[in-house]
Amino acid sequence: MSENPMNMNIPADKLKLARRGDKITDKKLETKPVGYFRDAMRRFRKNKSSVVAAIIILCLLLFAFVVPMISHYNVDFRDGYYKTVLPKCEALSFLGWDGCKVQKEGQSGFDYYTSIGYEFGESSVKELVKKYSDKNTGRLIYEIDVDSYDRVGFIYADLSDEEYFELQSYQTDNNIQVIYPMPDNYKTQFVAVNGANLWYQLADENKTSSGESKFHDDDGNPIFKPNYKTSKKQVYAKYTSLRLADDNGGEDGQSWYVYAIKNQTGYRVRLHYKEYYRFKNGFYATHLFGTNQHGQDILSCLAAGARLSFLLAISVSLINFIIGVVYGSVEGYYGGATDLIMERISDILASVPFTVVAILFNLHLASKVGPILSLLFAFVLTGWIGIASRVRTQFYRFKGQEYVLAARTLGASDRRLIFRHILPNSLGTIITGTILIIPGVIFSESILSYLGIINLQTSSLTSIGTMLADGNAFLSSFPHIIMFPALFISLLEISFNLFGNGLRDAFNPSLRGADE
Amino acid sequence: MLKYVIKRILLMIMTFFVITTMCFILIKMLPLPAIKEMGRDVQLVLERREAMGYNKPILVQYALFWKHILFYGDFGIGEQMYTGQEVAKIMLQKMPYTVVVNLYSILAAIPLGIMFGIYAALKKNKWQDHVISTAVMVFISVPSYVYAFLVQYFLCFKFGWFSLTVASRAEADFFSWTMFKSMLPAVIALGFGTVSGLTRFTRAELAEVLTGEYLLLARTKGLTRSQAVVRHALRNAMVPILPMILSEFIGILGGSLIIEKIFSIPGIGALYINAINLRDYNFFMALTMFYTLIGLVGGLVTDLSYGFIDPRIKMGER
Repeated sequence: MSENPMNMNIPADKLKLARRGDKITDKKLETKPVGYFRDAMRRFRKNKSSVVAAIIILCLLLFAFVVPMISHYNVDFRDGYYKTVLPKCEALSFLGWDGCKVQKEGQSGFDYYTSIGYEFGESSVKELVKKYSDKNTGRLIYEIDVDSYDRVGFIYADLSDEEYFELQSYQTDNNIQVIYPMPDNYKTQFVAVNGANLWYQLADENKTSSGESKFHDDDGNPIFKPNYKTSKKQVYAKYTSLRLADDNGGEDGQSWYVYAIKNQTGYRVRLHYKEYYRFKNGFYATHLFGTNQHGQDILSCLAAGARLSFLLAISVSLINFIIGVVYGSVEGYYGGATDLIMERISDILASVPFTVVAILFNLHLASKVGPILSLLFAFVLTGWIGIASRVRTQFYRFKGQEYVLAARTLGASDRRLIFRHILPNSLGTIITGTILIIPGVIFSESILSYLGIINLQTSSLTSIGTMLADGNAFLSSFPHIIMFPALFISLLEISFNLFGNGLRDAFNPSLRGADE
Repeated sequence: MLKYVIKRILLMIMTFFVITTMCFILIKMLPLPAIKEMGRDVQLVLERREAMGYNKPILVQYALFWKHILFYGDFGIGEQMYTGQEVAKIMLQKMPYTVVVNLYSILAAIPLGIMFGIYAALKKNKWQDHVISTAVMVFISVPSYVYAFLVQYFLCFKFGWFSLTVASRAEADFFSWTMFKSMLPAVIALGFGTVSGLTRFTRAELAEVLTGEYLLLARTKGLTRSQAVVRHALRNAMVPILPMILSEFIGILGGSLIIEKIFSIPGIGALYINAINLRDYNFFMALTMFYTLIGLVGGLVTDLSYGFIDPRIKMGER
């Protein structure tokens, strides 16, 4: 008889068993299991600078792929007159992003730039910054803020018959003056400028009381007097469209202004370039990042170059990932003589300077498969070695562990052991390594194309290195050409560096909980 | 130890030989540049090519190539550039520019880098460390040519302190003030990368060593903080830093292609770019060998120097 003395006095009717018939088991976990990648993601998100870097990289990627779709311009677009115009953004013009540049001019230069705007009724000189007389020569010096888009002013152009009449009807329909009268020959001391802009004569009939010629009013502003070619009849070319206000078209015996001169090929006219540009392209020229010396839009070129770089770099890193994983797995898994021979091969390949590889591939293959593919092969030839050696190390670490032996005892094949059991352990470091190939490729590509060793430039293609080389030639006078590509690549490299650091920490489980 | 060193050297020679062979064959498989420039006698060029053995089978040419190098130190003569002049001689002429520029740069960069690194490690996780680390991160990421453009724009154009090109040898001696000043923009542009790399490395090494328990012991023994840092921590931290510096010194022979191009330094990198653009295969071959050798020797010396610097590291043992 084994009675519990403690329960002896419990009345039978009050005795109730708490759980009758229930099996007592462990409770199911209510929290979700955290997998390897989720865990890495969580740790990555804690690292604020890396998250910001990742967002910047995404923005740059978006920039490279979206801008070519929405931009007015592309790499093909070259404008012969708007060369090296400065960055201009209407919305942000108060930040100085207005396409203007302060320049020093003498009196005749000042007259010249003022006259351009004067003729079409806008001011091309945005601001007179300073006016002083030079200490040595005593000449007046003007510091004026000139819109680089208005510097062109007027051009002489030879239009075909068709275009000439189309332009006239465009003028009439939209009430926009594009064709301006031809000026008469006029000699000025101001040389090396676009002759089409010399439409004026300084008004020498404005004599002072003492009889001297007076070209400027009391504030120093020039007094312009039109110096257009005139004719009594329309002998030069038929012109039926808009005329300037003071051209009363031969009424009351006055002369006509001459708007066009017929020549062998068509009509020679004088055009207001800003409006003519709109007639041709459908919009006014505004280049957010300015243009380079070939008249290409820097924004579109940069996006196109960046897209090329990204595509190249991403394909290189994917191919390297595959080759590296396979090569490294075989090396690390089989070990022994296989490892020794394969390691020698990769050692030798790794010792060839990359420049040499790129040059030889370019010389041999560029004519057959094109420069981009030959560059891709060059990057692939040696790029996988880093990943392969990482994978190899990981295999040496894991292949002797008990769980691998257990799996092998259960009859798992080599392939299954490699890809299902060992490789997933090292996936983190491999992915980090693969992603960090991207900035390296973009950097090397920019250097090689800057040096002119490879030439990725075609009519519709450009690369960041080519843009840098273009900009370097104009570094002193137009730094904006080089600024944007340099800024882009700096931002990209910094972001990738930060992003890489974050990834490395996130995929390193030994850091789990280190900062908590 | 000696056995290991010899083994490594032999391996290096083998690697060098394989790479050279591959490059030679690949270069010889390329078509020869066309003779189209004015004022060149086509017959003469053809005869010279015949005399130089260009029409023999590639393997025979390869044997001759090594024979000339090993017995006469002859790397061939320039064809498309420096026509008729010895390749080796021209290379030796160009070498000092590269070496001097890079020497100035690393001589300035090494003390700066180590100093910043030590300072950041000692102030770990304080604002000084954060400032230095952030700056290093930025400077290490931004490509060297961007500094070069900045230096060129601001120092050469905006402020006009320096001339754009390097003084020629006729104007000034290599170690004169004029030469130094004309090289300064390139030296500065080169220095950013070295300084930031060294700072990061020194900081990481020293910060790790400083957490060691033997340092605590040293302090417990009664050493001051500076004594403990200089005598114990720094010496250990220097073990990986010195090989890095050593490889920098070997690297000065090669220089930087892009910096030489930007600042138009007539050095060995500029020669290489010219050889590529003008398709002068003799120069290209010789310079490729040169760059490969520098890379290999640099790697080898770095590896071996660990064993010499730190007696605790046993080379070649598993």
